[in-house]
Parts: sequence; structure tokens; C-alpha cells
Amino acid sequence: MTSEKFKIVIVGSGPGGLSAAARAAEHGISHLLLEAAPQLANTIHHFQKGKSVMAEPSVLPLRSSISFGAGIREHILNTWHNELGGLGVNFRVSSAVTAITGEAGAFEITLASGVSVSAEFVVLAIGVQGNIRKLAVPGEDLPGVQYHLDDPEAFRDETIVVVGGGDAGVENALALSAQNRVILINRQEEFSNCKEANFDQLMAAISQGKIETRVSTLTERIEASNTGNFKLSYLAQTPEGHEQIECHRVIARLGAKPPRQLVESFGVAFPNGDSTSVPQLTEQYESNLPGLYIVGALAGYPLIKQAMNQGYEVIEYILGNPVEPADEALLKQKFAGVPDIHSVSEGIALLRINQPLLAPLTTLQLREFMLDSSVRIPSRGEIIFSRNDYSNSFFSILEGRVAVQTEDQNGNEAVFALGAGNFFGEMGLLSGRRRSGTVVASENCILVETPRRSMLKLLYSAAGVQRKLDEVSLKRAVSGCLDTSLPESELSYLVQGAQPRRYAVGDVLFSEGDKADGLYMIRRGSVTVSRIVAGKEVVLAYVSAGNYVGEMALMSSQPRSATVRAASPTEVVLLESVRVAEVLGRNTSMRRKVDSRYLEQVRSDEHALSSESSELINFLMGQGVGEATDVLLIDYARCIRCNNCETSCADAHDGTSRLDREAGSTFAQIHVPTSCRHCEHPHCMKDCPPDAIHRSVNGEVFISDNCIGCGNCQTNCPYGVIQMAVKQDYQKRSIWQVMLGLNPAAKPAAADAPELPKIAVKCDMCKDIIGGPVCVRACPTGAAFRVSPENFMEYVK
Amino acid sequence: MNKMQGATLLKYKNFRYLKATSALILVAITAYALINPAGGESYGGTWLGYTLGTLSTLIMLLLMWYGVTKRRITGAPDRRDARRQSAPAGQERRKPHTKSRGMNGATLQEWLSAHVYLGASLVVLVTLHTGFHFGLNVHTLAYALMLLVITSGLYGLSVYLNYPRLITLNMGEETLEDLMLKINELDELARTRALGLPDEINSLIAKVRNETRIGGTLLQQLSGKQYNCPTSFGVEQLRILSEKYNRGEQPKIMRDLYSLLLRKEKLVLRARTEVMLKARMECWLYLHAPLGIALLAALTAHIVSIFFYW
Repeated sequence: MTSEKFKIVIVGSGPGGLSAAARAAEHGISHLLLEAAPQLANTIHHFQKGKSVMAEPSVLPLRSSISFGAGIREHILNTWHNELGGLGVNFRVSSAVTAITGEAGAFEITLASGVSVSAEFVVLAIGVQGNIRKLAVPGEDLPGVQYHLDDPEAFRDETIVVVGGGDAGVENALALSAQNRVILINRQEEFSNCKEANFDQLMAAISQGKIETRVSTLTERIEASNTGNFKLSYLAQTPEGHEQIECHRVIARLGAKPPRQLVESFGVAFPNGDSTSVPQLTEQYESNLPGLYIVGALAGYPLIKQAMNQGYEVIEYILGNPVEPADEALLKQKFAGVPDIHSVSEGIALLRINQPLLAPLTTLQLREFMLDSSVRIPSRGEIIFSRNDYSNSFFSILEGRVAVQTEDQNGNEAVFALGAGNFFGEMGLLSGRRRSGTVVASENCILVETPRRSMLKLLYSAAGVQRKLDEVSLKRAVSGCLDTSLPESELSYLVQGAQPRRYAVGDVLFSEGDKADGLYMIRRGSVTVSRIVAGKEVVLAYVSAGNYVGEMALMSSQPRSATVRAASPTEVVLLESVRVAEVLGRNTSMRRKVDSRYLEQVRSDEHALSSESSELINFLMGQGVGEATDVLLIDYARCIRCNNCETSCADAHDGTSRLDREAGSTFAQIHVPTSCRHCEHPHCMKDCPPDAIHRSVNGEVFISDNCIGCGNCQTNCPYGVIQMAVKQDYQKRSIWQVMLGLNPAAKPAAADAPELPKIAVKCDMCKDIIGGPVCVRACPTGAAFRVSPENFMEYVK
Repeated sequence: MNKMQGATLLKYKNFRYLKATSALILVAITAYALINPAGGESYGGTWLGYTLGTLSTLIMLLLMWYGVTKRRITGAPDRRDARRQSAPAGQERRKPHTKSRGMNGATLQEWLSAHVYLGASLVVLVTLHTGFHFGLNVHTLAYALMLLVITSGLYGLSVYLNYPRLITLNMGEETLEDLMLKINELDELARTRALGLPDEINSLIAKVRNETRIGGTLLQQLSGKQYNCPTSFGVEQLRILSEKYNRGEQPKIMRDLYSLLLRKEKLVLRARTEVMLKARMECWLYLHAPLGIALLAALTAHIVSIFFYW
């Protein structure tokens, strides 16, 4: 069978793929755009109706044969549709690619239908959304069977079967239940896969009879039906037997298959097993397979504009046309102040030579690294950051020197200098805690400052960088944790054979009675130390990152005297007993320090906590206080339930309260309301396309103005404290209005006013308001207060 | 308990406002005793009277300002904001974490603590100001209103100090809505369970469902009781009627119903307690604030008329 031949086949019709196809069409090259879904730009199609799409990063210019600007979903899709038609783009929808074989000049692309096409070059632009999982039963594609829900308001008085007990299914069922009869099908026995907030709402809806459910139920088939108004018959296997439900619509929300496996089956290599890692690419977006190019989210660029620029550039690269990347001007600006650097390539070269840490990176990765970073040329004596700051960016020294002033556990100060080729700031980055030292610039200093997220992305995608960073940072951590005067040779000796270990919440590091295996240095997270007293587990202490546990058994050569458990996701480094003992033997100053800490521990264990306090700690740990840096608690024995905390929060933040006083758990009169904990490693920051979530120097985790309203942070927050809200034109009451009990007159809304976009809203601890958090200041009885891990144990004792 | 509980209203900042008002009262009493207004001739008209009157008026205005502060605690935006944002990342200046900056920076708790002590001090200050002369006139009216405001305030203080703990003990993590949902559920269960039984039981269950009130009139809310509560009545009746309906399946159904109603009765009691505690915690404000306004009016009349005497 001879297959059709094209010069370029583009797989995936998201912004990157569309832009590439458009550029190819403009050049008049033979090309084919393949899309698995029945329509182009499927992901954007499935944005909610009327959703406004944003065009971040705003500084980056757009270069593409099709246009794009911030706007409503419908408008953008229409524009693209018209422009693609005008350019004569050759595309095929409902054509999922199942295999790519061959090599540059002769790729064979096999489609799900069995047809194959051949191409000289392939551009993979399939994104990371993955393929929507279908029901995989007869009738899965009947009209009325759908795998997404754009607008729950569009359906009314229908009988709708929702399949899937995860968050998407439950959320859809809840949204639809207001106006429809909804039957929710769950394959499992319980709705344990959904978030707590969804679960609670679902249980309420079930008990009010708004939603019917079938659990442990498997879909058998769907048939077209003519019974009354019903168009579909949904047949399922329930624990009680077969059931047939006549309905108007079946909505299945079964998640998506991540694309990595598929991409790997094409022969594309990823640097490591981490789920966030991206394939290694050349400066021209070419993968390890010559002739196969990757652009867009799959290549690690999740924003629409980036993907469109790359789509354009990749076609030019394939054609061999020299093209200046869209970010050239931006990078030029970054290097503007650096003496003797006249072009971007010179700057990148300097970076590569003077910072060995970055040597394993490709030029493309270095450009991306620089795009996120900034060059700083501090004057002599300028403080880069201070001890106890909450900043978490990473610094590389390009030229000159800095002085680092640190303090160890016992308050002994130490100063050391770092020269070009070194880096600093990695402790804050890794632990998510306050800076452990102060850094001051010396003469002729040139630094590159990289934000946390870019640095983490780099670590995940470049194993070489991670390894180098680990070597150095581990020694520094050991020195800061144990004894700053320990010589380099001893540090290297200790670090050899050190084992990094990770623990999930509740995992046991070691148990009471175990044989001592070494010293546990906590690099990230926190642990609780507990002991069985009179048959009950009593918490003795809470130990946070930057400290160590396990010295008791080591010093006394006895079995472990207590159990240590991770209170939040924790990373430790286990230093071998033998090496620690040897080093202790050789270094009297370290011996003294560890000894004094040992005695202190023995003394404090004598004042063990009461069982009530111990239970309170367990309760608070369960509420995520273990990973919090600053959490709002309410003493319910004092709270008069006036909700002034909420009212004043709303007043301070454009009319939307960022806390829900009544929601949340209570134990022994201590209530944890639904409000931000400002986690050490904020879950919300994990997947923010425009990088809009930051931590300020004082520790507040906040969302900046470039939020695009995608809702990822809301989904990722395990505590349900982020809401999506329309930015209101909020007017505060004047003094006279307050005294006379009046409200400000609402501005009449213009009839044709566009629907405002929803953006993510969360607590910023009133960082921009004099006096600090309003919720605490507005509490008339002093019931509301905030605690951080540093003062947490004092509170509980 | 634990240190999670900071200082209460009364103990705030180590009794700062108790100390301040005590000193004030002491000075006032000493002055009154020393200057000894010759056998009760001292009206407000003496210089001591004027001083005490003016001071008390100022205190009253400050006390009333609490109502405004409570609604405007938000405070001013940090004006250094603009500068900080323009500074390159990492160069942000540390924000000083001062707890209170004058009156505007004080927490509402501090305001309320001061409000309580200063309010109570008026009993002494204003009584001295009267020189113990009372009559049927606007002056004594203002004085009486003031005492009423203070009395209601003291009641408020006592419920604020005691009731929050009771609310948590009664409700745990649940809200009133949660309880109502459960009660409705039990009603529905009882209704369907009773269907196979004679009308007498069905109408009893219907009565329990339809006539049980949670909340209701002000008196019912404040007392936390419903006279002849239909649920308790139903529980009692079921116990009696179970002797009558004892054939076949009936005893089992009667037992089920009995336990359903018992559960409901417990929930109803909790819900009523919740309503009662909340009502008692709020009701006094409906006296305290309007009486305060009335006091302000009477005080104005008092001051204006004084100047006519002059």
C-alpha cells in the first residue's frame, strides 16, 4: 500500500500545531495537520462557554501567521477558523496518531483508522492534555454521549447519566442537578477519589434527593432509544443485577491518558522518570530523533503565545531559514547592563562558561533559563537577601564574590566567601523555609537571579544540574545543621554514602525500639517525634526542615527511644552512623554541639506534653498545619460567631472574602477555618501556566495580576482555599455611610458590558495593608490568631 | 488548656485598660472627696462637675465610635506598595511588623477591651458628676439611659465570655443547617416507616413532623423551648401506643419509629440550644445600640439645657 507523502506532518492542532500548519501553508509547502478530536483547537473548544482567554506573557511579542490576542473563547476560535481557511491549511480531524516510525526524510505516521501517511519531517504539538478516555463500550459515540460539559446551564429538565466518580464527574453532576434529574455512576464502591469539598456537596445533594447514584456499577452499553422523549438507553451492571436507564444524555468524565507513553513509543527520550520532565530538545526544537520536532506544552511551554511562536519558528528551522527567536529582544535587554557583553549569544556563552552548574544545559534550555531570570549587578556591600527572609529565588555568581553569613543551631555565626562559578540560595529553594543566612555582595559582582519555579523546572528536566546542585548543597546543609566549623574534608566524608529519602505524610522514619541506623537531616518538610506512653502515642516534639533527628540513639548507643513520623511531605538525608561516629570522634567542637543538643532533648522529653495537647497536635497536623508557614486558627471558646473576620476580609479585598469561617474542622475548641495555610511548598504554585503565584519576602503566598483564570491552583489546593471570582468594582463604605447604616449606591451595569473574566482569588495575608491580616485585627474577642511552625509548639504546650 | 487561648477581653495586654480606668476612677473619687462639695451643693456646675461631665461625654463618644471602627477595621493600603513593586525582585524592603500604630492600628480586640472598661467606669464618673442629685428631668433621664446601656453591655460581656464554649460543645463541627438536614431525613424515614401502621400512628408522626418548631417566636428562641414540644409528645405517645399495636410486624416497626423519634428529639434539642445560645448572644445588641443612640439624644438635650441655665 502506498501512502500519501507530505514534506511536513504536524500532529496536534492546538495553538502550536495550528501556527505551524499556517506557516507551512503560507510557504506553500506540502503539509498535513492531524487532529485526534473531531474539531481543530479541541482544548480551547472545551474551555467553558464565554471563557476569556488571556495572552500571557504580555512582554513576549507574537510571531505567527495567524493572529491571537486576549479575548473571549468564541472570538478567538472564529478568527482562527477564518484565517486557516484563507491560508488553505490542509488538515484532517478525527485522526488520532497511533505510531510514528522511520527516520528523517521517510517517517511513517499510522492513524487509528489504520491508514498511514509518510512525511520528511514531523512536528509533534500534542500538548499535555492527553487523550480523553472514552467509555469503551458499544454506543460510546452515539449522539448525546459526550465527554465534556461546556455549559451546565444549557441543559434543562433532562435526565442525564453522569459516569465517573472523580472530581470532574461529581462537579458536573452537581452543576447539572439544579435543573435536571441526574444519575451519577461510580465504578467504585465509594466516592473516595474526589476532593473533600466536592464529596461533602455530593453527600448533601444525595441526602436532599437532588442526585441519584449507582456505585460499584459498570457501563455495559448505550443504545439509541425511542421511549417517550428519551433518546438513549443506558445499560449497566450494578451489584443488584442489570439496570436500564432511559435518559436524554450521557456525560462520561473518565480522565485522560497522559501522552508521555505515546511519545516515548515514537522513540523520543525523556531525561528522567519525573512526571514533570520534558524531552530534551535542540535550539531548533529537534528531539533526539532527527527530523522529529516538538513544540508547545509537551516541550515545556504551556502558554498559547509561546506555542504559537514556536510553531512558526519550527517551520522556518525545518526549511533552513535563519530566524531570530521571538525572545531575542527580551534576552538582549537582560544582558544590557553587563560589561563586555554585546549579543545574546555572548551572554549565553558567558553563562555556560562561568557557571559550571548550567553546563549540561542545551542552548534552548539556557535561553529559557535566562528568559525567566534576571541579571543583577549589586554595588559593594549591598544585601542580596537577609537571614529569615522568605524569598526563594536561586542565585548564580557570574563574576565577583559574595559573603555569606550563616548561623548554626546554637547561634554560632560563620562567614564564608563565594566566588564566580558558585551559586547560593538553594536552601530556601529546597526547604521552602526562611533564608538561613544573609548574603552581601563584594566588589564587581554580577549575579543571575532565577525564580523558584524556573529553577525547579530545570532540576526536573536536567538530571545533570540536579546532581551538581545536590553535591554542593548537601555539604552546606550538613555544615549548617551540625557544625559550621567542620572542615571541608570531614563534610565530604560525611556526605559520601549519605542516602536521600522521601516520605509521604504519616510515613514512619524510624520507630521506637528500632536499631539506630544514622542521623536524619531534614531538608524539606517536618516531622513529629512521639512515644508510646501508657498505651497511647504521645507527641513529644515537632521538628522542621534544617534540623536533624535521630541523635539520641546515636549518642547513647541504645535502640531508638521514640518514633518519628513525617508531618508533611518530607525529604531527609540519612548520614551513616559509622561515619557520624568517626567524625564526632575527630571533632570535639561538633561533639560538644551534638552533646548539648542531646542533653536538651533528654530534659525536654521529661516535660512531655499532656495527652490533650498531643491530640491537638495530631489534629492540626491532619489539617495541614505541618506544612503551613502561617495558618489562621480560631479559638472557638472565644469566637462569638460574628463573622467580622469574613466581612472585613471581603471589605479589604474587593468584596470577596478569602476565608470561610464556618467551614473547616474543630477539635478541643480550636477551629481551623477554610483559609490559606501559606504552605512551605505551595500546592497552588505547582501548575500555574503564567507563573502568577509567588511568595513574598515576608512569606505571603499571593496571586499576581497576570492570573489567566485557568483554575489549576484551585484544583491543586488540597485545602479548598482558592476561589474563582470576578474582579468587582468594589466601593468601600465611607465613614458617614457606616454611621448612618447606608450602603454605597451600586453603579448601574451597562447593558452591553462584557462578561468579566474570573480569576483566582486567595488570601495574601493582607500584605499590602498597614497593620497586617485584617481577619485577626477585626476579631473583637481576639479569638482569631495566626501561627507559624516556629511558634507552633509554644502555642500547643 | 493550652496557650492557644491568648488573653481574653478582660485580661487584654495584662489588664492595661483595667489599670487605666481604675486610675481614672481613683483620681475622680479622690478629687471629689478632697474638694468636698459642701453638703451636696455640688452640681455639675462646679469646675469638678464640668471636668467630670466633659470627660464622660468624650468617653461616651469614644465608646460609640467602636461601632464605626468595627465596620472599618480594614485600614489603609500600604503606600509603600508602589515603591516595593518597582524595586527589582529580592530588593524588597522588609515591612516592619508593628502590631499597633496609634488608634488606627489597634486591633478590634483592643478597642473592645477599652470599650468594656471605659464603659463600666462611667457608672462612677457620671454618678460623681451628678453629685447625687436626681429628679424627674432630662438630666436624670440621660443618667438612667446610660445605666441601661451599661447594664445591657455587661450582660453582653458575660455572654461573650461564656457562650462561645457552650456553642462548640453543643454543635461540634456541625452547623445548624447540617442538623436541619438530618432532622428532615429522620422525618422522611419515620413517615415512610409508619405507612404500614394504622392512621393513629401516621397522624402522630405527621404532627411530630409538621408542628415541631425550631426557632419560632423571640421567647421560644431565647428560652430554647417549645411549649408541649410535639416531638417529645410523640416520643411519649409512641411508648404508650406500643402496647396497643403488638401484632405481627407492628412491634418491630413501633420500635423503629420510637428510635427514629428519639434521635430526632436529641437533634431538635441541640438545634434549639444552638438557636438559644445565638439568640442570647445577639439579643442584647438590639437594646444596647438603640439605647446608646437614645442616650446620645438625651445627652445632647442635657448639655444644651445646661447652657440655658447658665
